[in-house]
Amino acid sequence: MKTRHDKAAVEARSSPRKTEAVKPLVQQNDAAAPPKWHRKHLLDIESLTPEEIITVLDTARAFKAVGERTIKKVPALRGKTVVNLFVEPSTRTRISFELAEQRLSADIINFTAEASSLKKGETLKDTARNLEALNAGFIIIRHSASGAPHFLARVLEASVINAGDGAHEHPTQALLDVFTIREKKGKIEGLNVTILGDILYSRVARSNIWALTKLGAKVTLCGPSTLVPRVFEQMGCRVTYNVEDAIRDADIINLLRIQHERQRKSMFPSLGEYASLFGLNKARLEKTKPDALIMHPGPINRGVEIDSDIADCGRSLILEQVTNGLAVRMAVLFLVNGGRGPQEVS
Amino acid sequence: MSDSTLILNAVAIERALTRIAHEIAERNESSKEVVMIGIQRGGVPLAIRLGSILSDIWDQTVPTASLDVSMHRDDLDRRFAPNVQPTDIPFDVNGKIVVLVDDVLFSGRTIRAALDALNDFGRPQCIQLAVLVDRGHRELPIKADFVGKNVPTSPSENVHVRLREMGGGEDQVVVEKAKPVME
Repeated sequence: MKTRHDKAAVEARSSPRKTEAVKPLVQQNDAAAPPKWHRKHLLDIESLTPEEIITVLDTARAFKAVGERTIKKVPALRGKTVVNLFVEPSTRTRISFELAEQRLSADIINFTAEASSLKKGETLKDTARNLEALNAGFIIIRHSASGAPHFLARVLEASVINAGDGAHEHPTQALLDVFTIREKKGKIEGLNVTILGDILYSRVARSNIWALTKLGAKVTLCGPSTLVPRVFEQMGCRVTYNVEDAIRDADIINLLRIQHERQRKSMFPSLGEYASLFGLNKARLEKTKPDALIMHPGPINRGVEIDSDIADCGRSLILEQVTNGLAVRMAVLFLVNGGRGPQEVS
Repeated sequence: MSDSTLILNAVAIERALTRIAHEIAERNESSKEVVMIGIQRGGVPLAIRLGSILSDIWDQTVPTASLDVSMHRDDLDRRFAPNVQPTDIPFDVNGKIVVLVDDVLFSGRTIRAALDALNDFGRPQCIQLAVLVDRGHRELPIKADFVGKNVPTSPSENVHVRLREMGGGEDQVVVEKAKPVME
């Protein structure tokens, strides 16, 4: 008799009623499931599985919430030392990494090429091994040579995170881009993403193409034919040289900066001509889907790849990308910190 | 398999939670300050259920929240990175009587991490701890205020709390013998 009463109580309790508001809290991925990230380094997107990318995005969501608290700091990397080895100039990526490290309570060494022994002829390997001799556990590297992070990962014990290597990859930028798209659109799969601008010299484009195609988006590339070679079709992208055609069905338009510093010769006649042929302006934006959103990894050249008023309009995600970059970089540092030992602790 | 022993069935879990809720109500007369915070992941559905029972007892809604402690663990560099769950505390914890809720109390390290994590959100009036199962083997000076069931275990055994909210089918608590270690 008593049992039957209790059973009724159980059934009564399972009705949502007062619990409805908090229900989404439990509809999450399984924490008891084995950890999904086993990597010590983040060198590129090309070698990641879709599941690994999703793990970064899910983790980043939790770290974004940390940034919205009064106390925006967690002790996950307390006592660890991170070296920001920026051999090539960078402002926003370096600042973003630096703040991410501070919010994880790490100790930080900032290293820029201009004020270092690299100028005196020291090799990258020697520089990095010297930094490692100071017990640095993490090296964040930005370098003009493609593959520099992979090289360091082979010769060092520390975790290596690629913050951009030549025209090869910029994995954290791609991760923050797909994080932003997923947050705004609720999904990646099936979306039309157009990347417009300097593709040839862009590591951001390469990393984005890998991440987006792995997660099932349809990627269209557009820009001057000298900067958008057909060879990118082999990466599963559509290539077009007609900007109206490229943006018509786009859900996301990701604009890339013209990388003057990487171009060995002039790839198009003038910036003015680029702006008139490929720049995103009001007239072009009106021909896109009304819910198409605009992204740009920065720094933006107002009046060249994007009109000033469009960069500041409600459909621009440029500043949200910066906010999300911080969360994504915290997530990446948190994940590679764990990618060391198989010891499971209950 | 015979290696798995049922400790609590759905009815017993419900009865334990009802008793804990009444103990919480008895301990805390100023019901307006009491909030439930479940530790991800097993503690969250339990906190919601306790909050619901307490809401009936007091005839007022008891705020419920979730707390993830991954970022505050003390073993982060000895294991693969844990799957981080959301922390969602939609109220001010300052001055509140926080009842932390977890499914299993074992080493106490999760609770230590939770106390640290909670510290970043404010200064509660006091923090109490409710667990469905206390399996012993504490490594830190931590004790639960409200316990569903004390279960003597050996350190090598595993205690599984399966809850319907987590897609685990029927509610149950089982103890599993660890797989024999090859020596």
